Amino acid sequence: MSLEAKNLTFRYPRRGKRPVLEHVSLTLEPGERLGLSAPSGRGKTTLCRLLAGYQRPTGGEILLDGQPLSRYRGACPVQMIWQHPETALDPLLPLEASLNEAGPVDGRLLEALHIQPQWLRRYPQELSGGELQRFCIARALGPRTRYLLCDEITAMLDLITQAQIWQFLLEEAQRRELGLLVVSHNSALLERVCGQIATLPPAGVP
Amino acid sequence: MKTWNRRQRTLCLLLLTALILLAVTVSGALLTNLATETDFAHTNLAPSLDRLFGTDWLGRDMLARTLAGLSLSIRIGALTACVSAVIALVLGVTAALSRRADAALSWLIDLFLGIPHILLVMLISLACGRGFWGVVAGVSLSHWPSLARLVRGEVLQLRQAPYLLAAEKLGVPRGQLVRRHLLPHLLPQFLTGLILQFPHAILHEASVTFLGFGLSSEQPAIGVILSESMQYLTTGRWWLALFPGAALVGVVLLFAGLGEQVRRLLDPSSVHQ
Repeated sequence: MSLEAKNLTFRYPRRGKRPVLEHVSLTLEPGERLGLSAPSGRGKTTLCRLLAGYQRPTGGEILLDGQPLSRYRGACPVQMIWQHPETALDPLLPLEASLNEAGPVDGRLLEALHIQPQWLRRYPQELSGGELQRFCIARALGPRTRYLLCDEITAMLDLITQAQIWQFLLEEAQRRELGLLVVSHNSALLERVCGQIATLPPAGVP
Repeated sequence: MKTWNRRQRTLCLLLLTALILLAVTVSGALLTNLATETDFAHTNLAPSLDRLFGTDWLGRDMLARTLAGLSLSIRIGALTACVSAVIALVLGVTAALSRRADAALSWLIDLFLGIPHILLVMLISLACGRGFWGVVAGVSLSHWPSLARLVRGEVLQLRQAPYLLAAEKLGVPRGQLVRRHLLPHLLPQFLTGLILQFPHAILHEASVTFLGFGLSSEQPAIGVILSESMQYLTTGRWWLALFPGAALVGVVLLFAGLGEQVRRLLDPSSVHQ
């Protein structure tokens, strides 16, 4: 019962022969909090995109409870929270519509994330990055979600907001036995939040 | 005095342009009977205050004929532009949904764009038996490729947008994805494209009729008026061709202006000016 990446290789088509990721394997158990750090351009976001099913790996496979991830239909149990919330919300829809896209969101979540009711009728360009990120987190925590991939989700926020968001995420992960993959450059944050920290080796090095 | 910003001025200009075009369309439709009325007591009159555009060799009032012709052209233009824009939208969106459909559509677009427009309009119009429906079929079946290409490019770009990918992963069904996230973003390009098709459609309708492959000669169409007037130009009756031709150019320019104003109102980069 886990999210497993086996021997993942990924290269973007038509961009030379060098792969972005090569022979990457990792396992994420429910309730586990795994940190991931690596220099820029090493493929952290690409790995998240692969694990969440946004893209298919060139080689290797991604298994959720022993089944290929692409086998799952409807809302994906592995949800990714993007680094830039302003691109992850449709600019033409009020936030309420984006939030409830996959079914109504629990009022308790909104309260815990300090989402003000009057924000719901506004549009993404009327709110700040931190406020938008709360919406993305609430939206990603649907009833079917079991693994959360947090790709630098608090990199652009002030410290108080960061603390609030992580406090909430840790509580929620513990309560629901969610597996967390936390990608960040901030080693202090990773040490504080994660049980284990892995680094991504450069592609091509065995 | 109150100063207006660019948006308000554009909106006024837009309404004014639309009003003029509407007035031409309605008055022309009402004048269709007058346009075919012959009056042998007043043939070949030069333009005067009484008859602004003069009369032709059958004593028909050229102002009425011009307005009726423009009205017919605008109505055909509107119909064909709408049909071809809808074809473009549907094909452009389908193309973006699967790779194979995309390849097929790109090939089709290249094929249609490779044939000269006017030739294609003539061929389709002939195949459909000329007349009103021949012209409508010809123009609407030949004008969709450029807008379809634009819609396709836009959709391909939108499909990579994180909010769309995220919605897909949240389990939003495909139909809802298209309706909620794709179509609203396409609307500005689509509307502008639709209105900018009008002048093309009108000019092609007029030219294919002028060449004799379009509307029949009893109808007071601009193409018919111009081609008949050609025979009388050498006899010094310049007003027969000059005024209808200038009016046609005027209408086309008005439509182009209308498209530009709509673009200014809808385009995100100029929406706050």
